[in-house]
Amino acid sequence: MLDLSQYQSIGAALKDALDQFSNEVCVIESDREREKERLTYRDFKARAHPLAKALEDAGFGAGDRASIIMTNQSKWLISAYAVFYAGGVLVPLDYKLTPDEQWQLLKHSGANALVTEYPIWRQLSEAQGRSTTTNVKTVLVTEAPKSAELRGATRWEGFTGSGEPAFVPRTRQDLAAIVYSSGTGGRPKGCLMTHENYLEQCVALTSIYPFSPGVRYLSILPTNHAIDFMVGFFGPFICGATVVHLRTLRPEYVREAFSKYKITYVSLVPLVLKNLQKGLEARFAELPAGKRKMFNALVAVNRALTKSRPRLGLSRRLLKEVHNAFGGELRAIIVGGAFTEPQTLQFFYDLGIPVANGYGLTETVVAVTVNDLNPFRADTVGKPLPGMEVRIVHPAADGIGEVAVRGKTIMSGYLNEPELTAETIIDGWLMTGDLGRFDAAGHLQLFGRKKNMIVTEEGKNIYPEDIEAAFDGLPVKEFCIFAANYIWPQRSMVGEQLLLALHQEPGQTYTEELCRDISARNGKLLNYKRIHGVVLYEEDFPRTASLKIKRNALREQLAKLDRATAVLPL
Amino acid sequence: MRTLEQTTQEVLDLASKHFHVPAGSLAPEDDFFKKLGIDSLETLEMLSRLENHFGIELPDYEVQGVSDFRTLASRIQSRL
Repeated sequence: MLDLSQYQSIGAALKDALDQFSNEVCVIESDREREKERLTYRDFKARAHPLAKALEDAGFGAGDRASIIMTNQSKWLISAYAVFYAGGVLVPLDYKLTPDEQWQLLKHSGANALVTEYPIWRQLSEAQGRSTTTNVKTVLVTEAPKSAELRGATRWEGFTGSGEPAFVPRTRQDLAAIVYSSGTGGRPKGCLMTHENYLEQCVALTSIYPFSPGVRYLSILPTNHAIDFMVGFFGPFICGATVVHLRTLRPEYVREAFSKYKITYVSLVPLVLKNLQKGLEARFAELPAGKRKMFNALVAVNRALTKSRPRLGLSRRLLKEVHNAFGGELRAIIVGGAFTEPQTLQFFYDLGIPVANGYGLTETVVAVTVNDLNPFRADTVGKPLPGMEVRIVHPAADGIGEVAVRGKTIMSGYLNEPELTAETIIDGWLMTGDLGRFDAAGHLQLFGRKKNMIVTEEGKNIYPEDIEAAFDGLPVKEFCIFAANYIWPQRSMVGEQLLLALHQEPGQTYTEELCRDISARNGKLLNYKRIHGVVLYEEDFPRTASLKIKRNALREQLAKLDRATAVLPL
Repeated sequence: MRTLEQTTQEVLDLASKHFHVPAGSLAPEDDFFKKLGIDSLETLEMLSRLENHFGIELPDYEVQGVSDFRTLASRIQSRL
């Protein structure tokens, strides 16, 4: 691994990594049964430098911003490398957003260049949002069919400069990336991340979960996601490891990839991990009675022998068939993006597959705490990473209070939002809005949220105000969306739901027709953004002088209602 | 060559069989996430079944954001 303390920027570290590990395989790309590409670090450099040169020739330089909207693939990483090499700032955007949402964030971020895939560009260029004025001057499109109408874009494959590009140095305090934690509604939250944020996070994480040449990381989470960007790009690259991309994430191809490429690490969101658990449990239940008894006994033996620490070699021998299904070389599953239920973590640990769970926010690059497996604890999110300070602010009698974090991985602020930044970072401490406490062993435990938001099991942060536009024009006097746990705190991190609070016109009743209207609008939202129920409120909503709803005051009023009877399911 | 109506009907039949819901209880305009109570992963499994049935490959991006049977059937139809 490179000694990152010697580096000023992501670009400088990656540049040296390509030379130091030139003969190692850095990226494998698979599409169903076919292996599309296998690049060494030398090959990667040969692809990336002409792109960096062409960007520079096009006038892209220090501090310019380039957005990538792509599914996971080598061209994502090559493009990001070229941007950093040319001194640029990366704006990774979620390819699953709608085209109009993507245009909104392209505008908000001030991106000068956009790298995307042809099918995504086709939708982007047809969307109404294209009329939005942005700074985007260069659009590079990958894998466009020969006869494709490019609509102002340039083919990525042909965008090459000749001669060596000039490496543009950056300092640790310079902006490296703008990462959107959520928010495509009225107030996008673009986290400003510095080169130092990433360098320090990488050092901390690899001290617990090391990468090296020969390690193969299966990249399933979108690379625009902070976790995959770190453990599916920067982390493995500066250690000479291999990243495996799949063009399709159908379960059968993901399963096959584990054995085919002898995967060492993979990152998943809790929803996928839980599905994996369900699938395995179903298969275990199908075993003949005698075999099942034997299998359960082996799991019990493994549990007893790994109580104090993981013993991978032993677990692989004891539960050979299970480990072989995962390729036989899996060291850990990294889980993140949302809270994972302890019983799921324990299920995998008992099989001898440690799950590296932790706690983090986009505002902290990736992780604040991580389970160091020494010993494994399913009931906590682990201990603070080296270099991170974590404290509990205003704890209640039971020790639970808001989690505050300080360290070199904290973002420098939200783009164009000085007030929000000042509310969030106070005297260097990031106020997370999450509730937690430390146990006697120094492990952090989480107990719900103080803020009005939910995080889905797919790892999506949903802010209620971002989806209210879907209900604009609803024939009622006024409405407002809340996270149910924000109204009625649950001290729980699972089963979070959104609710629509309605105040009807005088004399108006809640009819089936209105319910159908709400359901129809709800149905147009992506499934993870949908509301789960309606709460009827009979008073005027409290409002500010400028007529904005006072959400906190309204929340206090709604909290007086009994949740069990107040929520009308849709 | 199937018509879009035939393709849609085959999609509905396959989904009702795969997720054990009564035949005829699904309609083309239904939101399959809601009607079948499935998540994005289970949807991917359904897509694999549909690919095998129709003998086509549906790239993930083609079904991105699709949540009703009719649109899904039209994406399949365009690849038949």
